Amino acid sequence: MSLADLTIAEAAKGLRRGAFGARELVDAVLERAAKTEAELHAYLTIDHEGAREAAARADEELASGVDRGPLHGIPVALKDNLCTEGLETTCASQILAGYHPPYDATAVRKLREAGAVPVGKTNLDEFAMGSSTENSAYGPTRNPWDTDRVPGGSSGGSAAAVAAGSALGALGSDTGGSIRQPAALCGLVGMKPTYGLVSRYGLVAFASSLDQIGPITRTVEDAILLLEAIAGHDPADATSWAGDLPDFRSELGRGVEGLRIGIVEELSGDGYEPAVSAAVDAMVSSLEAEGARVQEVSLPTFDVALSAYYLIAPAEASANLARFDGVRYGLRVPGATTEEMMARTRAEGFGPEVIRRILLGTYALSAGYYDAFYGQAHRVRTLITRDFARAYEQVDVLVSPTSPTVAFPVGARTEDPLAMYLSDICTIPSNLAGHPAISIPIGLDPAGLPIGFQVMAPALSEPLLFRVAAEVERLARFDARPEVVTP
Amino acid sequence: MTWEPVIGIEVHVELRTDSKMFCGCAVSFGEEPNVNVCPVCLGLPGSLPVPNRRAIEWITEIGLALNCQISPVSVFHRKNYFYADLPKNYQISQYDVPVAHDGWLEITVDGETRRIGIERAHMEEDTGKSIHLGGGGRIHSAEATLLDFNRAGVPLVEVVSRPDLRSAVEARVYAQELRALVAELGVSDARLEEGSIRFDANVSVRRRGTDEFGTKVEIKNMNSFRSLERAIDFEIRRQVDVLDGGGELVQETRHWDEEAGVTRGMRTKEGSSDYRYFTEPDLVPMVIDEAWQAEIRAAMPELPADRRARYLSLGVDPQTAGALVGAPPAFRRLFDEAVDAGADAKAAANWITGELVAWARREEVDPAEVAVTGAGLAELVAMVAAAELSASAAKDVLDGMARGEGSAREVAERRDLLQITDRGALEAVVDEVLAEHPDAVERYRSGEAKVVGFLVGQVMRASGGKADPRVVNELIRSKLDET
Repeated sequence: MSLADLTIAEAAKGLRRGAFGARELVDAVLERAAKTEAELHAYLTIDHEGAREAAARADEELASGVDRGPLHGIPVALKDNLCTEGLETTCASQILAGYHPPYDATAVRKLREAGAVPVGKTNLDEFAMGSSTENSAYGPTRNPWDTDRVPGGSSGGSAAAVAAGSALGALGSDTGGSIRQPAALCGLVGMKPTYGLVSRYGLVAFASSLDQIGPITRTVEDAILLLEAIAGHDPADATSWAGDLPDFRSELGRGVEGLRIGIVEELSGDGYEPAVSAAVDAMVSSLEAEGARVQEVSLPTFDVALSAYYLIAPAEASANLARFDGVRYGLRVPGATTEEMMARTRAEGFGPEVIRRILLGTYALSAGYYDAFYGQAHRVRTLITRDFARAYEQVDVLVSPTSPTVAFPVGARTEDPLAMYLSDICTIPSNLAGHPAISIPIGLDPAGLPIGFQVMAPALSEPLLFRVAAEVERLARFDARPEVVTP
Repeated sequence: MTWEPVIGIEVHVELRTDSKMFCGCAVSFGEEPNVNVCPVCLGLPGSLPVPNRRAIEWITEIGLALNCQISPVSVFHRKNYFYADLPKNYQISQYDVPVAHDGWLEITVDGETRRIGIERAHMEEDTGKSIHLGGGGRIHSAEATLLDFNRAGVPLVEVVSRPDLRSAVEARVYAQELRALVAELGVSDARLEEGSIRFDANVSVRRRGTDEFGTKVEIKNMNSFRSLERAIDFEIRRQVDVLDGGGELVQETRHWDEEAGVTRGMRTKEGSSDYRYFTEPDLVPMVIDEAWQAEIRAAMPELPADRRARYLSLGVDPQTAGALVGAPPAFRRLFDEAVDAGADAKAAANWITGELVAWARREEVDPAEVAVTGAGLAELVAMVAAAELSASAAKDVLDGMARGEGSAREVAERRDLLQITDRGALEAVVDEVLAEHPDAVERYRSGEAKVVGFLVGQVMRASGGKADPRVVNELIRSKLDET
């Protein structure tokens, strides 16, 4: 087994035992990338030099007794919508080709301060808009479990990298499921924290009221390690949580006995692949067998969550992406006037899905339509939060599939945006409410494709979420690895 | 006079906070281009705004000074439009819940005081500056445009009046009052020439006696109070001419051309702008609770209206109170100090607004450099009241005090200006004068009473102007009457 296949926790132990150095670790990861990238295209940029330097520094520090904690010397991948000082950050868009940010995102800075070794920038759907990583201006990423299939998205590059071993863990961003869905499709743990828990400073905004940065890892423990490093108040983000941080480990190991678990009625039925439903049912039974009190819970507004999301997110995006105009940075396509230059730059610089969403959002905010669309979507958002609150009067956590399907073939949904949007039907409600949610791999379908199990909890209930997730992980005993990494 | 002008004014006030509205960049005027910039005010990908607490305090001060209601919770919105000097292509502004709303400002024109309604005062960020090269500096004919983002993100307060103004003069006075107010608060440099305060006017006309509003035209680009008044006057005449000629007005934005003295329609087709306002998701609602409001109010300087009321309550007459409200701060401080030192307020105010203001102007001395102290002025006022100084001698004494020659008494003594009130000393002079003018004495006795004035004058002259005229008058009459 290669060092590239270790979990973060295992690698951290190995580094401290002296079993190997950070240099060896990063070399193993870079070697894995060299082997898999041609087929997977998980990365847009691999920072060989920077990664080796950071690893060498980690080795020196650890040798001299400076221990920055469990991420010290750990190779991690960063979604390419996280700003990295001096390292190209494109959001998988032509409009930001060649853009080198002058600063690190807060989450990136915190990872560096924790001694982590950034390997490179991972592929995504352009500006995080998509569920398959096919909407990348630089070509799609493929699923390590079956390279004819998508890895999910929009953090598909991060998920593929971790699944393939070209990183031990990764950061993604989750606006409507963009961490959890690719994690599910790639057999990984993916976690979206409570809105505001992780600073958004330096995350290129898609939909500001929904975006959260979070970890994609092989284990729940690794997810906690990454979250511990990046969570916390940031004065540079006015929406960041300024209160005390919960101790993410405080409930670990307490099992699920007596815990009230709600199965979301609205997240099952037609459209859910039988293998997915069966695996989820089986996990629910296992939890019940462990003493959990399981009941079905109805959250009726979940049926309209997708519609509300596809008004709110594009509306915010239409403003967030207005700054890409060719005036100050990124692509510029010349025109006779400033307006023409801006229009041409945007027409050529943005891909079709981004343009679709900008138009959708602009329309939803327009005079005469605002109330019927954006206003209505906000009212729905309020109702969804109320549904959650009512559900949490009856149960402690909610569970569902993470995605209605396993990884789908490349190209299968590219011509049908609505079918693509449905990929996020289970994950969107947590974003609209700002609640934390996590996806844990629980098995493979008959074709050998991973299935994810989603656990949702109230705001700032990460300790409970991790406790249940760890239990799901223990019960699932998911230890399969994609073929691409097996020699 | 069948047409009545209806005018509203929008004022943009740049706050002179240390740092910008949503980032830590310095706010300063006249620097090299693009030195006060950072990822936030340049709108770089991933950057986020963090509101400036001081700016929120200052807009609250402005709101309170304009007698507005302060929203306990107010919300930022994004105002979306594309423009090269707007880094994010949206402006963080406010929409339906501004910091301050529903206030008023008093203006006085031709002795008539009116309350002009304030619709709202809201917080926003300024844009950068475009510098058009070639083509006479106009955007449509320019060969290139340079951008300076030093101003981008500077805190900007927009104060919108109700359409309560009825003439160009009223509009100008309103603008001047508002400018004086923000200058008084010390929250803005409020310099028209530097653009730290900017005025736009909404002008329409309607038939006198009707309530409906006419077609509104927004005029921009007035960079002095004079041009504001001229532009509005021109625009009123233009609109009346169009309507009288049977024409129709177009709702539009027009630019004031200072040289030509006309407003011109802008060449760009505007349509109705749709700014697609929506709540700024990067910011949380601003909470200005009672306690903070009280703190802000307590820290505010005394405002002109309050000051006027205080002067009146001290017994200063209305006209002098008005003059004192508008007097230089150093003189207002002098007044307060003199009153504290026991001076009669009415007399102190009269000396300051009359003699001292004139003296400083005549001598071209900065009011802050005038050497008169509160205690000194109080002494002067007391000496005049006690007839130790005549009114004209007191002016001389004040001159000496202003030059730093000492206290009122010191100056009076040094310049030998003290009135002689001692009857014994004056009696001799009176006797002398009576002896010198037997004909006058004769005329008095034959019933020509007014000749006393002549005799008093002679005594005054003989005493070198120092004799107390009242005492002299008494002495002369008693001497003439006794024999």
